[in-house]
Amino acid sequence: MPIGDLAPEIALLVGAVVIVLFASFAPQERQAWAGGLALITLALAAGFSLMQWREPPALTFSGVWALDTAAVATKLLVLLVGAVAVLLSPDWMRSDRRHGEYYALCLFTLLGVIMMASANDSMELVVGILLSSTASYPLVAYHRGFKPALEAAMKYFLIGALTNSLLVIGVVLLFGLVGDTDYARTAQVLATAPDAAPLALSVAVACIVLGLTFKLAAFPGHAWMPDVAQGAPVPVAALLTVAPKVGAAVALARFVSLLPESQVWPVIVALIAVVTMTLGNLAALKQTDVRRLLGWSSVSQSGYALMAVVVIDVEPQALGALLAFLAAYLFANLAAFAVVTHLRGRTALADYHGLGRTQPLVTAVLILALLSLVGIPPLVGFFGKFMLFKVTIAGGYTWLAVVAAINTVLSLFYYLRVIAVTMFKPLEGEVHVLGSWSWLALLASAVLLVAASLGAKGGLALMGAVRFAG
Amino acid sequence: MILTVAWIVPLLGAVALAAFPRWSEGRARLWAAAVAALSLLALVVAWVGFDPAGPLFQHVEELRWVPSIGLAYRVGVDGIALAVATMSALIFVAAIAYPVDTLGQPRQYYAWMLFLQAMSLGVFLVLDLLLFYVFFDLTLVGMFFLIGRWGHGTPQVSALKFFLYTFAGSLLLLLAIIGLYLSIEPHSFDMRVLIERQPLAGTGLYAGLVFLALMLGFAIKTPLVPLHTWLPQAHVDAPGPASAILAGVLLKMGTYGMIRLPFAMMQETFAKYSLVVGIVALVAILYGALVALGQGNLKRRIAYTSINHMGYTVLGIAVASAIFADNQAARQLALTGATVEMVAHGLITGALFLICGSFWQRTGDYELDHYGGLAHRAPLLTGFTVLAAFASLGMPGLAGFVAEFQVFAGTFAVYPWLAVLGVLGILITAALFLGLLRRLFFGRLPSHLGGFGDLKWAEWGVLGVLSLGILVIGVAPQFLLTLIDASSALLVGGR
Repeated sequence: MPIGDLAPEIALLVGAVVIVLFASFAPQERQAWAGGLALITLALAAGFSLMQWREPPALTFSGVWALDTAAVATKLLVLLVGAVAVLLSPDWMRSDRRHGEYYALCLFTLLGVIMMASANDSMELVVGILLSSTASYPLVAYHRGFKPALEAAMKYFLIGALTNSLLVIGVVLLFGLVGDTDYARTAQVLATAPDAAPLALSVAVACIVLGLTFKLAAFPGHAWMPDVAQGAPVPVAALLTVAPKVGAAVALARFVSLLPESQVWPVIVALIAVVTMTLGNLAALKQTDVRRLLGWSSVSQSGYALMAVVVIDVEPQALGALLAFLAAYLFANLAAFAVVTHLRGRTALADYHGLGRTQPLVTAVLILALLSLVGIPPLVGFFGKFMLFKVTIAGGYTWLAVVAAINTVLSLFYYLRVIAVTMFKPLEGEVHVLGSWSWLALLASAVLLVAASLGAKGGLALMGAVRFAG
Repeated sequence: MILTVAWIVPLLGAVALAAFPRWSEGRARLWAAAVAALSLLALVVAWVGFDPAGPLFQHVEELRWVPSIGLAYRVGVDGIALAVATMSALIFVAAIAYPVDTLGQPRQYYAWMLFLQAMSLGVFLVLDLLLFYVFFDLTLVGMFFLIGRWGHGTPQVSALKFFLYTFAGSLLLLLAIIGLYLSIEPHSFDMRVLIERQPLAGTGLYAGLVFLALMLGFAIKTPLVPLHTWLPQAHVDAPGPASAILAGVLLKMGTYGMIRLPFAMMQETFAKYSLVVGIVALVAILYGALVALGQGNLKRRIAYTSINHMGYTVLGIAVASAIFADNQAARQLALTGATVEMVAHGLITGALFLICGSFWQRTGDYELDHYGGLAHRAPLLTGFTVLAAFASLGMPGLAGFVAEFQVFAGTFAVYPWLAVLGVLGILITAALFLGLLRRLFFGRLPSHLGGFGDLKWAEWGVLGVLSLGILVIGVAPQFLLTLIDASSALLVGGR
């Protein structure tokens, strides 16, 4: 067995186990050290992943595990998200008695996401989704005395349980139809006899796509996202608005490219994209809670990301565009949540009035992050959206690009509302900030956002090289 | 090199203002004015070095960036771009030097002004479609903060409406730019290549859709009736200097964009729809003038005359695009007239909005009915307003006349009845400006205006420079016409 192919994943697993052991025996005041362990683990895993970048795309472990640039790029992005989320946490979790274990759960969540993106086998996909789900349910409910967190976790869990079981049904059906769970074999069988059992295949595909929309936070599996963004500990919200989305988008792209044309999946994904982005934006319009607003914005961004999945088969650059967009979203969203964390999770829009007067730097980061989410050039979000629009139009879905453009205008409204109150309203009350770690994380995310914007050209060139194996 | 200096110097100036928190109000203003003037100087140098007999684009610089997707840093100007950019820089110097209440945040105010200048000049100077879009969008960000933070009335609502409305136009533009980009092999954002190869000629529906998106995007910015509804509110609530920039510079991006993109890159398609565009322009001319006539608010009235004047420019562009007319001289005349109109309108309306700012600083009131009899109390203010108003209504010897004469002369040769109806616009404009002057300066002085002070030297100095520009273009326009004619001849295919 080529164990070395799994080096990043094994590093994560071992790191998580070490953290659990450490947290069981370390005294309360040393629990924060687990954060350091988590960072070391993430760095190791990222190092191993980087080594995989240059290797030719391949399948390993009898074809169930993909080692291609798409998988490696996802790993790197997800590990980066993990690092920022971990950096945000020590100050936030300081008083929590179960501080240490928290990091282990974060690492398990990341491991699940990475498995989703790398899975080249439907059972493997199920394992990844289940791992990332089960590890993140307790994360959302980590503050068990805080009612909104419990409500969010309950919603997250119930929707997750439902969609995950649908996913398993879909995978079983698909297995029954093609006699294998391996993607390469599945594609082969579907290509030779695409219309053997059209209805059963449609049901299976529908179930699997449904299961993935849960992780993507796309319609119809999106309902947990705003609650989690609002109620979960803010570093967890930062993690869960971004990481599962990246993994699930790549997994979905990998899965739909197996399907025969008779399934008309591009149209279905396009419709999901339209509903998701429109719903997310419309719901965000009236929010007076910044965290909830970011949650709904996360839903709408999933809708944009799905545009690239629609044209994944007809446009060679679609996969690169998908990852470029997700990376851009990730930088901006992390920066926004880092700001919220640093402000001690302050969440009501009214509490942001006049923030620019006392916290000019923090406000500047927030404004940059929100403008990047809209896609104002030359911030990195613009390049992500530009690539999306380009592949969508080139792939023959101009109407979809037009819908996305209309949605972008809609979204500008609520992002601007936040920007406007920080800059134009008089200051009310005092502004308390969290601590030096969160300040560091905020700075790191801001540097990442600016660097990604300035280096967007190089990033696009890198993303252009992204391919699926097999 | 000189063009890069022109747009990057204000940007560095803005960064410096943001970086030095201890600067006083006077120092910040002096610094900003000096930086803006330096940028103007760079453009003047570029003007002097421009060869009217040379190629279309001059002072070209190109820096490879991402060759794989055809993106590069490309700047360069033709006569049209250079004239509009230089006028813009002048308006910025004037707007920055003009005294205004910065609400205790002078550094931020002047930093945003310089930022806006850098981005606006960028729009006129780049030759790369994607960079054009980048600058085009960033001007919205700058203006949003200027209106929202330093405006009056309901500034946040106006700023939001301005940003949303014009951003919708930008996105249409982005889609069209992607359409243009994909139409050429290898894909490129190079404007020169797109102008030379006319990639969408004869592609029917595709070209029609790209053209529609481009024109809608620019029509919102220009603005053309019925897409003008963001303009009056943004103007009324913006601080005076920001209004001057909005009208003098930002609106020009719409018409400049029409010349640079659809007009130059899609000649065949534009020719097909030139009559439609001309009729829309005529509607804007008449509607803008009539609505302005009905306004009792000083700033709103001037804002609506902008719609009317930008209508002349679009009419000129539409006429110039009518390839089938086989009357090259007339088309060239119309295009030159349209460009002169941009320059003239920038100077005239810039001056008028600065004057509005002076009124606001003194009384906090724009209602025409609350004024009267100011001619004795404020002779300087009266003089400058009368000059600008007369220039705006097209009095011979002033800048507006030169522009409108050429536009209508060109139009008469191609679409005579459009010209006949369009001239009515000038008549209405004359009526509305004369009425405005009467209500402001003549009649009985209301008692509450007893302490109304005349212009201070900083104000009349700035207005003096703008008025001098209006006079020089009106009396001896040759220096401007040579520059613009060189490019319009090339663009309509005359040379």
